[in-house]
Amino acid sequence: MRSEMLRDPVLSRPRPRAVTPYKKSLAEWLYLPLFGGLMVTLRHFVRNLIKGPRYTIEYPEKRRDYSHRFRGHHILTSRPDGSLRCVACFLCATACPADCIKIESGEHPDVNIEKYPVVYEIDMLRCVFCGYCVDACPEEAIIMSNNYDMAYFHRDQSKVGKNDLMKPYTFDPSQLGYRPHYPEEDAQRAKMRREAFNLVQAAREAGATEVAS
Amino acid sequence: MPGLLQWLDEFAGPTLFEFAVSPTLKILALLFLFVLPLISYIVLAERKILGYIQARVGPNRVGPWGLLQPIADVVKLLLKEDVIPVRAVRWAFVLAPCLVVAPAFVIFSVIPFGPPSTGEGAPNWFITDVNTGLLLVIALATIGVYGLIIGGWASNNKFSLMGGLRSAAQMISYEVPQGFSVVVPILLAGTLSLVGIVQAQEGHQLFGLLPRWFVFHPTGIFAFFVYMVAGIAESNRNPFDLPEAETELVAGFHTEYSGMRFALFFLGEYANMIVVSAIAVTLFFGGWLPPFDFLGMAFLPMGLGGVLWFVTKLFAFLFVYIWFRGTFPRYRFDQLMDLGWKWLIPMALILVVLTALLKLLFPS
Repeated sequence: MRSEMLRDPVLSRPRPRAVTPYKKSLAEWLYLPLFGGLMVTLRHFVRNLIKGPRYTIEYPEKRRDYSHRFRGHHILTSRPDGSLRCVACFLCATACPADCIKIESGEHPDVNIEKYPVVYEIDMLRCVFCGYCVDACPEEAIIMSNNYDMAYFHRDQSKVGKNDLMKPYTFDPSQLGYRPHYPEEDAQRAKMRREAFNLVQAAREAGATEVAS
Repeated sequence: MPGLLQWLDEFAGPTLFEFAVSPTLKILALLFLFVLPLISYIVLAERKILGYIQARVGPNRVGPWGLLQPIADVVKLLLKEDVIPVRAVRWAFVLAPCLVVAPAFVIFSVIPFGPPSTGEGAPNWFITDVNTGLLLVIALATIGVYGLIIGGWASNNKFSLMGGLRSAAQMISYEVPQGFSVVVPILLAGTLSLVGIVQAQEGHQLFGLLPRWFVFHPTGIFAFFVYMVAGIAESNRNPFDLPEAETELVAGFHTEYSGMRFALFFLGEYANMIVVSAIAVTLFFGGWLPPFDFLGMAFLPMGLGGVLWFVTKLFAFLFVYIWFRGTFPRYRFDQLMDLGWKWLIPMALILVVLTALLKLLFPS
């Protein structure tokens, strides 16, 4: 048993006694592979010179298309009459792991709505863009856009208030990011489901006719 | 302008004009109209070419294709604070960058950028033709290393000192093969004058198929390779940039330098690059000579065609420099010594002997 184990092809291979230094081939000794390296870089140079940069997106002029689920700058959505949908329930501020949402609530003139945020501030420098506020919101009042250029000259500017959160990209669908519902996607999924169902249905009917005949 | 020249002529007297005023004007014109703009734009070209080699874009924000970048760089370097460390040896610290730049610039005085005067009104396209020109070049090129060593020592910084020491060792190892490889064209041309060496390369060989440049000579081509490798090592460029190896020594000998003093080191490095390329063109690639006579652009006045050919060849060499930088990683120190002492020096010695033998056997 033991001897069989010793005759194992891997285990019984003779262990190297000394490490032999790397032996250069004649071409390496003559430094010839250097020319191969030169050809590689020349090829890249010529290709990039003719075709132009292939991997660089020149940012201010061009932008990368991010997913429509990109978690960027927040948006506060509004009702048809233009008022905020937020009811100041504090669920987003509670869910926020970075503790960056500051809400002060006030009484809404409409008795059916109860509350509205007097102050709604997000500190963009604290925000970690996790999207938990969007998940927590029962009113679909806070969603995210795919806008990612947030730069500030001063720390105070990073606290974005109600107006700025409502203003810029309110309902341009190409600018929306992470949000609870994706109407186009839902429609497409429903369409695919219907098609699949129709296919199965057709197959069943065909099978039924075969069995019947 | 001619009026001013005449006034200077009368004011200074003929002797002083010929030996002091006229060369000074020529030198200033060469430096400020050719060398300095060329250097600043080589820096841009280098960044662009390296960018393309590495699938990047390179500078493209200042002006179209970044063409104004050199100006912005120069302004920035001029306006930057010039820091001298408290514990530095002040006079040596100040002297070092000048020692790097000055010899490199002086060498330009003997490089023939174009043919000598061909007739009335055509200028000599070089400042002076010294009959020991090549010797002068080698002697001056050696001085540059003192700048690196003194700068490295005077900074009072371990990295700088290491860089200075490395440059010393590297220079000693590579001066020798460079000197020997230069002997080959001297033997072939039979003169030390750079203009004479170019003139010796006129004509064609192999039934007019090849110009009689020394690079197409059986020993000349190997001498050219030795010269080029040693020349790259001399000008401290990749893959021989051990004195300033940024990954090991921060910035080597110029770690402590800032502002315009750093810019002088930078200038010196690029001036050395141009000098090595220009000498290679002169010694091995026929200087201002066109490869074939019909390409000579003789219709251009005042021998400008020759100047164009020289500049074209020069640019090709500068591209090779940048190309090398984009391709080769830095040599380890022992590999550097290995290449220098076990390869280039024996090879250069053999080449000198072979060339002398060939010259002896076939005196034509």
